[in-house]
Amino acid sequence: MTAFLALLSRDIRLAARAGGGAMLALAFFAAVATLVPLGVGADLKLLARIAGGVLWVAAVLASLLALDRLFQADFEDGSLDVIALGPLSLEATCLAKIAAHWLTTGLPLTILSPLLAVLFDLPFAATAALFVSLLIGTPAVGAIGAIGAGLTVGVRRGGLILPLIVLPLLAPAVIFGAGAVLAVLDGLSNGALPLLAAFSFAAVLLSPFAAAAALRLNLAG
Amino acid sequence: MLRYANPAKFMSLSGAVLPWLAAASALLLAGGLYLGLFAAPPDYQQGDTVRVMFVHVPAAWTAMMAYGLMAAASLIGLVWRHPLADVAAKTAAPLGALFTALGLITGSLWGRPMWGTWWVWDGRLTSFLLLLFLYLGYIALWNAIEDETRAARAAAILALVGAVNLPIIEFSVDWWTTLHQGESILRRGGSLIAPVFLWPLFAMALGYTALFFTLWLVRIRTEILTRRARSLMLMGAP
Repeated sequence: MTAFLALLSRDIRLAARAGGGAMLALAFFAAVATLVPLGVGADLKLLARIAGGVLWVAAVLASLLALDRLFQADFEDGSLDVIALGPLSLEATCLAKIAAHWLTTGLPLTILSPLLAVLFDLPFAATAALFVSLLIGTPAVGAIGAIGAGLTVGVRRGGLILPLIVLPLLAPAVIFGAGAVLAVLDGLSNGALPLLAAFSFAAVLLSPFAAAAALRLNLAG
Repeated sequence: MLRYANPAKFMSLSGAVLPWLAAASALLLAGGLYLGLFAAPPDYQQGDTVRVMFVHVPAAWTAMMAYGLMAAASLIGLVWRHPLADVAAKTAAPLGALFTALGLITGSLWGRPMWGTWWVWDGRLTSFLLLLFLYLGYIALWNAIEDETRAARAAAILALVGAVNLPIIEFSVDWWTTLHQGESILRRGGSLIAPVFLWPLFAMALGYTALFFTLWLVRIRTEILTRRARSLMLMGAP
C-alpha cells in the first residue's frame, strides 16, 4: 500500500509540475470545445443539443493526449524497469498510474466541464448530468487507454497507433455519457448513468490486468 | 488438434486440403450467384435490389466469424505460445477487415435505393464500422512492432480486449439507436424469408465461409514460407 501511494503521489507531482501536461490536457479540452461553435454556428439551441456529445468527445481526446506519456516517459528513462523490480506488482502499478492519470486529467476535465457547458447554453439539470457522467465515465477512458498505452510503449509511432486502437473501444463510454445528457434534455428516464457506471467499473477492474500483461511483454523485449 | 500445429504437418495437410477447399468455394459461390442473381425472382417490395442481400449478408457473417477465429487463435497463441496460432491470428485480420469493408460497401449500395441514403447511423452499421476500426488498429499495432513474437503477443492482447469489449460495443450501439431513432428505418423484420431467397443465401454463406478458409490457408502458408525463406537467407548470409 505504501508503495502504491508513493507511486501515485510521484505521478501526480510529475504531472502537476512543469513539463507534466495535466494543464495541457485541460487547455486542449477547452480549445476543442471552443472550436466547435465556430464550426457549426452560434445557434444556442443547436449548441445545447450537441453539448453533451461534443464535451464528451473533447474529454476523451484530451485524456488520450496525456495517455501517450503514461508509461512512455518512465520507459525511456528506465524508471519503469525499476518500478517493475520493486515490491509493487505490475497490475497494482498500472492501477496507480490509471488513478494518477485520472486525478490529473479526468477529474480536472470534469470540474471544468460545467464552465464550458455554460458556453453551450446547457440547462442546469443537463449540466449536472454531464458533470456526473464525466465523473463516473472518465476513469474508464483512462483505464482502457492504459491498455493501449501499455501495448504501444516503446513502439515506433506508438503515439499515433494509440488513438486508433483505443477510440473504438471507448464507444460505449461516449454513447452512455452523452446519452445521459440527452436523456435529461429530452425529459426521459435516465438509464445511461447506471450503464456507464457498470462499464466504468468493469473497465477499471479489468484493464490493469491487460495493461500489465502488455507492459510485461514490452519490458521483456 | 495440436498434432497438426506442427508447421511441417500443417504445410502438408493444408496443401492437400487447399485445392478441394478452393474448388468447393468456387462451386458454392457460382451456384449461389446463379441462384441468387438469375433463378430467384425479384422481391415484391425490393425488386431486384433484394439480390444485394446475397453478397451482403454472408460478408457480414464472415467478418464476424473472422474476428471470432482471430480472437481464438490469439488466445491459443498467448496461452500455449504457439507460433502457428500467432500466424493464424495475424493472417486472419486483413481478411476480416476486407469482409467487414465488403459488408459495409454492399450494405451502403443496398441502402441507397432502399433507404434513400448511403449511410444511416443504424446500430448494425455503426457497430460494423467500429469493428472495421478494431481490425485496422490490430493490423497497425502488428505492423508497428518489428520483433515478431512481441508483435504477436501485443496484438493478441488487443484482440482479446476487443473480443471482451465487442459485445459491450454492440449493446451500447443498439441502446443508442433505440433511444435516438426518430423515423423508423426498419428492415423487413418479422416477415420470414421465402425459401426461394433462403437457398441462394445459404449457398452464398457456405461459399463465403469456404472462400475465407481458402484465403486464410493460403495466407498462413505464404507467411510460413516467407519466414522459412527469411531464415534460410539469414543462414546463407556471409
